[in-house]
Amino acid sequence: MTTTVIPPDSPPSPPPPPPAKATPTRPGDKIFRGLSRGSGILLLVVMASIAAFLTFRAAIAISGNEGNFFTTFDWDPAGNPPVFGIAVLLYGTVVSSVIAMVIAVPVAVGIALFISHYAPRRLASPLAYVVDLLAAVPSIIYGIWGALFLVPYLGGLNSWLDSYLGWTLIFDKTEIGPARNLFTVGILLAIMILPIVTSVSREVFLQVPKMNEEAALALGATRWEVIRLSVLPFGRSGVISASMLGLGRALGETMAVATVLSPSFLFSGHLLDAGGGTFAQNIAAKFDEANEFGRDALIASGLVLFVLTLLVNGAARLIIARRKEYSGANA
Amino acid sequence: MKLQRKNRLRASAVGALAVSGALLLTACGSDNNSGGTGTGNSAAAAKNVKCEGAKGKLLAAGSSAQKNAMDLWVKNYMAACSGVEINYKSSSSGEGITSFTQGTVGFAGSDSALKPNEVEESKKVCKTGQGINLPMVGGPIAIGYNLPGVDNLVLDAPAIAKIFNNQIKKWNDPAIVKLNPGAKLPDSAIQSVHRSGDSGTTQNFGKYLGKAAAADWKYEAEKKWPAPGGQGATGSSGVAAQVKQVEGSIGYFELSYATSQSIPTVKINTGAAAPVAATSENASKAIAAAKIKGTGKDLALSLDYATKAEGAYPMVLVTYEIVCDSGNNPDSLANVKSFLGYAASDDGQKILSQHGYAPIPTEINSKVREIIAGLK
Repeated sequence: MTTTVIPPDSPPSPPPPPPAKATPTRPGDKIFRGLSRGSGILLLVVMASIAAFLTFRAAIAISGNEGNFFTTFDWDPAGNPPVFGIAVLLYGTVVSSVIAMVIAVPVAVGIALFISHYAPRRLASPLAYVVDLLAAVPSIIYGIWGALFLVPYLGGLNSWLDSYLGWTLIFDKTEIGPARNLFTVGILLAIMILPIVTSVSREVFLQVPKMNEEAALALGATRWEVIRLSVLPFGRSGVISASMLGLGRALGETMAVATVLSPSFLFSGHLLDAGGGTFAQNIAAKFDEANEFGRDALIASGLVLFVLTLLVNGAARLIIARRKEYSGANA
Repeated sequence: MKLQRKNRLRASAVGALAVSGALLLTACGSDNNSGGTGTGNSAAAAKNVKCEGAKGKLLAAGSSAQKNAMDLWVKNYMAACSGVEINYKSSSSGEGITSFTQGTVGFAGSDSALKPNEVEESKKVCKTGQGINLPMVGGPIAIGYNLPGVDNLVLDAPAIAKIFNNQIKKWNDPAIVKLNPGAKLPDSAIQSVHRSGDSGTTQNFGKYLGKAAAADWKYEAEKKWPAPGGQGATGSSGVAAQVKQVEGSIGYFELSYATSQSIPTVKINTGAAAPVAATSENASKAIAAAKIKGTGKDLALSLDYATKAEGAYPMVLVTYEIVCDSGNNPDSLANVKSFLGYAASDDGQKILSQHGYAPIPTEINSKVREIIAGLK
């Protein structure tokens, strides 16, 4: 460094600007660049090895499967001949998650709007805190609560739906017994994904530029009109990504579903009849007693869940990319 | 602001964990209540343990049906022989047998005897011998029900089969009324509960029904629930919880779950003079009627599910310890002999009945001891 050689007559001034040809690199830069690049590569390696592991084990299972992997309504990899299929699991996973989204997203958007735009300041932050607290409850606790409390108390709602909406067939309850069905699972999942959808939506709504809102107010809009004209359009992509995060949790939820649902491999369109299953629930229920081949079969079903989740995330990114002009990043 | 919120969130997470931890702890506590009486004798029992030559670690793995028995034995044994550490990994019979044939464990616990192909495979590990089955723990499978006002429900094997495969749908079905003269059976639906996952309990339940009610139960005795109808629940604890909660329900599980949650159990009409209750004592009587079907040193049992002996509860399961008759790993041989010797001893067997298990009858047990003493 040449900073020690200062001409005696120059006034005390900041050191001359560094030479323009190259920015100086210090060890910190190198280390940090290496670390962040390493993290990025590590993530890719982890994902690739998970995918490779799943594919390898799934290939063993599928090649030994005597039934059709996609259309068999049975799960008996230990049987002779071994047959198993994911039809019921795929249906159950998608249906329970859809029920959860239908219930949770409107409520979560409502809570988020209330916290960000309606609630008095004194109420808003405790309420936000309580919603976040829901996310801190372990899923097995939700499962126990669902099995011991929710299931008995949903019996009434189920028979009400059966008698007034039974003609829709999906709400037709054809057998007696406690409400350990996909509908109950959907309600439970809705409660479980509420906090994540709410808090992400809330953050997005809080980022709406004040100028937009004030402009709307200046044009004489009421508070509802402000929300409709400036907040919701601005927050739409954020709400979609929040919903997808929630959907990801709903698709993969394990213990709560395994505790509440009475699984079966009979296909039934009646949501209120006990039965059905989800990928994660089925893996949790069967893994303990499964032999080597049975575990491969469960891993094959895990691969389908992996792909399903990838598709859902991809779809969400597509939607967000098409509405970039409103996204939070451009604010 | 952001930092503060993060800290608060963390604090709340810790709080929630503490609460859930407390819940779990109390849950475990209530499960163990039935075992409270056993602790008195265990100190005395420990004196009779022979630790000769045993030292270091002993790994074992297998059936979760004998987990509670193993826990008791390991606790007492390790209290007496301080130099030995025993680790029984309870997962499933299948996994135990796999670990055994791979040579990674000293012995395996299993709900069913080795199959011929598994015996062949065991010869690789037991260089001079083969794997053998030693019956060590028995137990009744109880049928719990929830029917307020009915205290002494009696069923026979065909009625049980028809209830669990959905042919009998109402509590006041003539078949049940005939077995329970005078009981006030309601005109309500029967809600049967079975295990949702694969399980050895289901398999033994199926074995019993397949033998004792062959005309009404035509399914293979597999670990997977075979019949239509009813609801599934996770684990014996899940089935017991459903039966406890839902009026009109009926389900099967190990006796200890019925005792700990005070669920009434069905008495079985076996054709004996009086219907038989599910108790450890009555299960032992049924196991006593079993014949040894194994050859040589193999003591695999063939249970007599259709027994009509007085006071013999026929719906039982027997779990085995699987070892090599000769050619055991020399590093673990002394430990295996010493530990299984304790488990098969009078003290080891006596503590079983206090925990919902059934001791192995003396005649078979004495053979087990003989073979353990001669393991090489």
